[in-house]
Amino acid sequence: MLFGIEWDRSSDLAFAISIFPILMRGLWVTIQATFLGFFVAMILGLVLAALKSAPLKIISWPAYAITEFIRDTPLLIQLFFLYYVLPEYGLVFPAFITGALALGIQYSAYLSEVYRAGIEAVAKGQHEAARALNLTGLRTFTHVVLPQAIPRIVPAMGNYLVSIMKDVPILSVVTVLEMLNVAQIIGDRTFNYLIPLSMVGGIYLVLTIVASAGVRLLDNALPKRGLPLK
Amino acid sequence: MEWISYLNPLMQGAWVTIELTIYSTILGALFSFAFGIGKLSKNPLISAVSIGYIEIFRGTSLLVQLFWLYFALPLVGQAIGIDLRLPPVIAGVLALSLNIGAYGAEVVRGAIQAVNKDQYEAAKALNFTPRQALFRVALPQAIPEMMPPFGNLAIQNLKDTALVSLISLGDLAFRAEQLRNFTQDSTTIYTLVLFMYFGMALVLTALMKLLERFVGRWRAAAR
Repeated sequence: MLFGIEWDRSSDLAFAISIFPILMRGLWVTIQATFLGFFVAMILGLVLAALKSAPLKIISWPAYAITEFIRDTPLLIQLFFLYYVLPEYGLVFPAFITGALALGIQYSAYLSEVYRAGIEAVAKGQHEAARALNLTGLRTFTHVVLPQAIPRIVPAMGNYLVSIMKDVPILSVVTVLEMLNVAQIIGDRTFNYLIPLSMVGGIYLVLTIVASAGVRLLDNALPKRGLPLK
Repeated sequence: MEWISYLNPLMQGAWVTIELTIYSTILGALFSFAFGIGKLSKNPLISAVSIGYIEIFRGTSLLVQLFWLYFALPLVGQAIGIDLRLPPVIAGVLALSLNIGAYGAEVVRGAIQAVNKDQYEAAKALNFTPRQALFRVALPQAIPEMMPPFGNLAIQNLKDTALVSLISLGDLAFRAEQLRNFTQDSTTIYTLVLFMYFGMALVLTALMKLLERFVGRWRAAAR
C-alpha cells in the first residue's frame, strides 16, 4: 500500500493496473519539479546571459566561468551540495525545493547559452538599420532583436524542458517522491521491480514523444523570420 | 588542513570515475556508429531496430535505464530461465553507453547525411560499392563534423557516471557520500568533488580537441 492505494497481486496485469494510479501520483510530482526547475533555469539563465553580454570583462568573464563550471559538473553532486551545505548556513528547504533549485541551476547554464545564441544570431545589419532609423537601444532590443530571436530560442528551450523532465528522477536520492522513487518503493515492498520500472520507462517514453512532437509543432508554427509586430 | 586527508579516498573514487568514463565512452561510440549507420540502412528491419533503440534510450531517463538493467533485468532472466544478474560495473557501463550511444547515433546519422550528395554520385561513377562509398568517401568526411558534438557528449557521459554511485559502485560520487557520512564535513567534501569533476571535464575537453585535430588532419592538406 502506498498513498492509501492498495495493490492487487492476483496477476501481473492486475498488479500493473492497480499500481498505475500510484505512479500517477509520482508523475504529478515529476511534472511539478520539471516546471519549477525550468522556471528557475529561465530566470537564472537570463541573468547569466545578461552578465555574459556585459561590455566589462570583469563582469562577463566570471559569468562565462560560472556557466562552464555548472555545465561541467554533475547534477547529482550539485544536488548533494545544495542539500547538505545550504542547511549548514541556516537555509533549510524541503527536499523538493532543493531539488528543483538544483535542476534550475544546472539548466540555467544551458539556457543562458540558448538566449545568447538566439540574440547573437540576429544579423548585424538589423542593428545598423535600427540605428539608422534612430531607434533607442531599448527599442532596438524589444522591437527588432527580440521578435527575431524568440522563434530561435523557444524550440531550443522546449528541448531543455524535456531534458529537465528526464533528469527529475535524480531528485529521488534526496527523498523526493517522484515517479521513479515511487516505482522503487513499490518494487522494494513487493519484490517485483520489473513491472513498476518498465511502466515508468513506458510512461517516460510516451511523455517525451508527445513533448518532442509538441516542440516540433511549435517550431513550425513560429514564423522563421521573426514574430510580426503590429 | 583537513581537506588533504580527504584526497586519498576521493582519488580512489576519481579513478573509478575515469575508468567508467573511458569504457562507456568507447562502447558508446561503437553503439553510435552501429545504430547511426543502421538508421540510414535500406534494410527496413535494421533501420527499424535502430530507430527503436534511439527512441527508447533518448526518450527515457538514464536513471530509469540504469535501475531497469540492475533491478528489473534479473527478473526477466528469472522468467525465461537465464541468469541475467549483472554486476554493478557491467550494468553501469552498459546503461551509460547505451544512453550516450543513442544520442551519438543521431550525431552520426546527421553528419553522414550532411555529406554532399555529389560525393556519393562521384563514388558511384567510380564504381565504388555502397560499402566502399560509406567507408572510404562518406565517413572520412563525416567524422570530423561529428567531433564537436561528440565532445559535448563525452562531457555529458562523464557527468552521468555520478549516477552509478546509486547502484553502489565506488566512484567519486559514492566515495564523497561515504566520506560525508563519516566526517559530516559536507562543505569541504562536496566543494572538492565539484572541482575534481570540473578538472576531469577540462582534461576530457582537451583530449577531445586533440582527437578532433587528429581525425581532421587530412583537411588542411585537402584545402
